[in-house]
Amino acid sequence: MSSSIDNNLITRPDQNLGRVISSITTPVSKVRSTKRIKRSYRHIRAENVFRRTLVIVALITVVLVLGILLTLVVQSTLSIKASGIGYVWGHVWDPVRDIFGAYPFILGTLLTSFLALFISIPFSFAVGVFLGEYHPKGWMPNLLKNTVELIAAVPSVIYGFWGLAVLVPIVRSFETKIGVDPVGLGIFTSSLILAIMIIPYAASLGRSMIQMVPSNLKEAAYSLGATRWEVIRSVIFPYTRSGLFAGVLLSLGRALGETMAVTMVIGNTSLIPKSIFAPGNTMASVIANEFTEADHPVYLSALIELGLVLFVVTVIINMIGKRLIKGFTN
Amino acid sequence: MKSIKINYKYRIGKNIGFQALITVLACGCVVPLIFILVYILKAGITKINWHFLTNLPKPVGESGGGIANALVGSMIIIAIASVIAIPFGILCGIYLSENKKSKLAYWSRLCIDILQGVPSIVIGIVAYFWLVKPLGGFSALSGSVALAIMMLPIIVRSTEETLLLLPDSLREAAFALGMPFHRVILKVIIPCGISGILSGVMLSVARIAGETAPLLFTAFGNPYLSTNILKPMQTLPLLIFNYATSPYNDWHDLAWGASCILLIWVLLLNIFTKLITRKWKVQL
Amino acid sequence: MESTIVKSVNYNAYFGDNHVVKNVNIEIPRNTTIAVMGPSGCGKTTFLRGINRMHELIPGATAKGQIMLNNEDVMEMHPIFVRLKIGMVFQRPNPFPNLSIYDNVIAGYKLNGIKLPKAEKDKIVEDSLTRVALWKEVKDSLTKKGSFLSGGQQQRLCIARAVAMEPEVLLFDEPTSALDPISTSTVEELFHELKKNYTLIIVTHNMQQAARVSDKTAFFYMGELVEYDNTKQMFTNPTDIRTQNYITGRFS
Ligand SMILES: Nc1ncnc2c1ncn2[C@@H]1O[C@H](COP(=O)(O)OP(=O)(O)OP(=O)(O)O)[C@@H](O)[C@H]1O
Ligand SMILES: [Mg+2]
Repeated sequence: MSSSIDNNLITRPDQNLGRVISSITTPVSKVRSTKRIKRSYRHIRAENVFRRTLVIVALITVVLVLGILLTLVVQSTLSIKASGIGYVWGHVWDPVRDIFGAYPFILGTLLTSFLALFISIPFSFAVGVFLGEYHPKGWMPNLLKNTVELIAAVPSVIYGFWGLAVLVPIVRSFETKIGVDPVGLGIFTSSLILAIMIIPYAASLGRSMIQMVPSNLKEAAYSLGATRWEVIRSVIFPYTRSGLFAGVLLSLGRALGETMAVTMVIGNTSLIPKSIFAPGNTMASVIANEFTEADHPVYLSALIELGLVLFVVTVIINMIGKRLIKGFTN
Repeated sequence: MKSIKINYKYRIGKNIGFQALITVLACGCVVPLIFILVYILKAGITKINWHFLTNLPKPVGESGGGIANALVGSMIIIAIASVIAIPFGILCGIYLSENKKSKLAYWSRLCIDILQGVPSIVIGIVAYFWLVKPLGGFSALSGSVALAIMMLPIIVRSTEETLLLLPDSLREAAFALGMPFHRVILKVIIPCGISGILSGVMLSVARIAGETAPLLFTAFGNPYLSTNILKPMQTLPLLIFNYATSPYNDWHDLAWGASCILLIWVLLLNIFTKLITRKWKVQL
Repeated sequence: MESTIVKSVNYNAYFGDNHVVKNVNIEIPRNTTIAVMGPSGCGKTTFLRGINRMHELIPGATAKGQIMLNNEDVMEMHPIFVRLKIGMVFQRPNPFPNLSIYDNVIAGYKLNGIKLPKAEKDKIVEDSLTRVALWKEVKDSLTKKGSFLSGGQQQRLCIARAVAMEPEVLLFDEPTSALDPISTSTVEELFHELKKNYTLIIVTHNMQQAARVSDKTAFFYMGELVEYDNTKQMFTNPTDIRTQNYITGRFS
């Protein structure tokens, strides 16, 4: 800015022109402005109603979740009182004799979920790395991305039905070959189906995490002569570790709660599975199978307690996952 | 010198090997999906005809029959769930994006996160105690409520995220014209974010269209055509589950046809979502 | 001849605990053009947004004191009425991206749900666009989206949008800082046109611009109103040493 203001900038040609009186006083606009005022009073009331509605809606979501928790707790008190803490490791589930031990189902749930996770992780990581690092753009990767997302879109009954019709016979002949009881239905088959179903969760999270790695970090490693694999191993993996782990947790959460596909191929028995090829039951599948058959209150309550356990476990796993993601993205 | 060269070759080889492995595994994911799609389409498409779509299932032993009751039931139940969840979810999303830092927003967001992870079977249990028991029997309405609860987090999240991306200058422009809060939201903010909100809505519909678990103890299923929302009602996924696990071949055929229709319907919804998101996007 | 239209009395504005505008007293006569100047961060924008109560839209922002519009305290009126009477134009052009050019001009009516006959709407659109010298440029593309215009055209569209509501006061926050010199001079010419009918309050960093368009200038420094006088007086003979330093560029 120059040190002094040029004087003739200030004298303006229109300086002394008379001012036109505001046009607001013309009759047309007067009509318009009274219209405006009337409308505005109505608006103020509507605005308050709207604000209050928003608050109520937000409150309801909180009440909803508390209500879910409360309902589960209240409805399972009968069982909690009857079986106490022994419920969790009781090995026998016999509704006829009123013995309710959830251990077989907890074991079944853990077995199917972790086996599924174990099978699916290499695939989802591969998708994550492939789309996040090797081919972030282009129509082919885009197609792959959309296809992998479609895996999550297919309804779980359809997975179950397909598993029943296609996978079970395959597993049965495999079991014959390795010399175990050829049932076909069982923990192993469920895990296979689950493994397919949960691929997209860890994959899409992994992809976005890997894409978030700052390129200057990668370039630093490249400039030192590292190969791409070395960059992935020593820059990308360490950097995205917590994010990738969060993806695994979200997948696990899905696997634990998945009901229909598992129910259709797990064989539905309340016995403790002797091997991964044996039939069994998961917490979710027992509920699905027996809820409408539960003919006395303690039985029903024991099933709901399973639901409560499932609810608490999945909530915890999901919360940890979400925390990790939040920590990563900040 | 020589050892460096060998080492160098080894590293290059490893690099190529890893890339090949990743590529194979990544593309391998698609294989089961394609198997499933092809299998279902092949098994189901031959069963689908006008008769199949407009008739009720036949009892065991008679071949033929259709899935009209499940189609109608699915439509009704999804429609009611949408009527409940869409306005509610969008309003909640608006609250969250407008009150980023309030205490209530924090708790509401937490609850939406929790809701997103709740296994669907648990929602079924809860709906049973909230509606089925008080109303004295299984009903389509209770099924709709269960599905609405499942739609909620998806709609809320996509609405919130969409609205947060809109620049503040947009709201300010509207406020500066003397618009009341609700009109700023309804006439400016929502129209500008409509593509994101809509895609959330469609995704949520696509997700619940195939849900079975929450309907097992709510809508329950019904071999006859029913349009009474206070009575049990059949839906496509329930029909598939019941008939697929039955020992009868005729019923399996019905289930294949129904699977095929459900699959096409869900896939179309997903593709539609993508298209709409692109088409309706407001250029900021 | 000149009655006061806007008057602030002991006006204070805060962002949380941050006291940003301190005890500002100013009287603005009807149909004058005021330039508001001062170094970056001195609270010009905050004060301007206080006048039509946009300030309180920011979470955590509060204000104390009075802003009188025609002897009515704005702080006691509902913000809707205030903003209907005091229009605002922002630093960055912000036309509604979902509306056509035509609808952008009458957005204040359309989005507020005020139904007008088609003929009247057409007239408002044409008048407003003519006033901002945009009519000739866009009259054949009124149905196109507002966001397709150039930056300078968008800004004039935003001014037309504010003018269409026929407010009594128009606030401008650095309206030309995002524009190229040619668009800037178009907008400045526009000020000369508008000042016949409206009271304009313009925040600007550009001293020549202030000198060219304003009748009076207010100089802010660290949240205080340091000096407020006729523009000519201010630029030729400032009383306060801080003003003097600022307009001679001796500020650090
Ligand atoms: N949204 C906000 N939240 C918190 N503090 C803010 C916010 N906006 C501005 N401030 C603070 O208020 C003070 C005044 O800001 P203001 O925008 O009014 O300055 P200004 O005079 O308009 O500056 P500029 O010339 O750069 O536009 C600044 O010091 C800033 O730190
Ligand atoms: Mg500013």
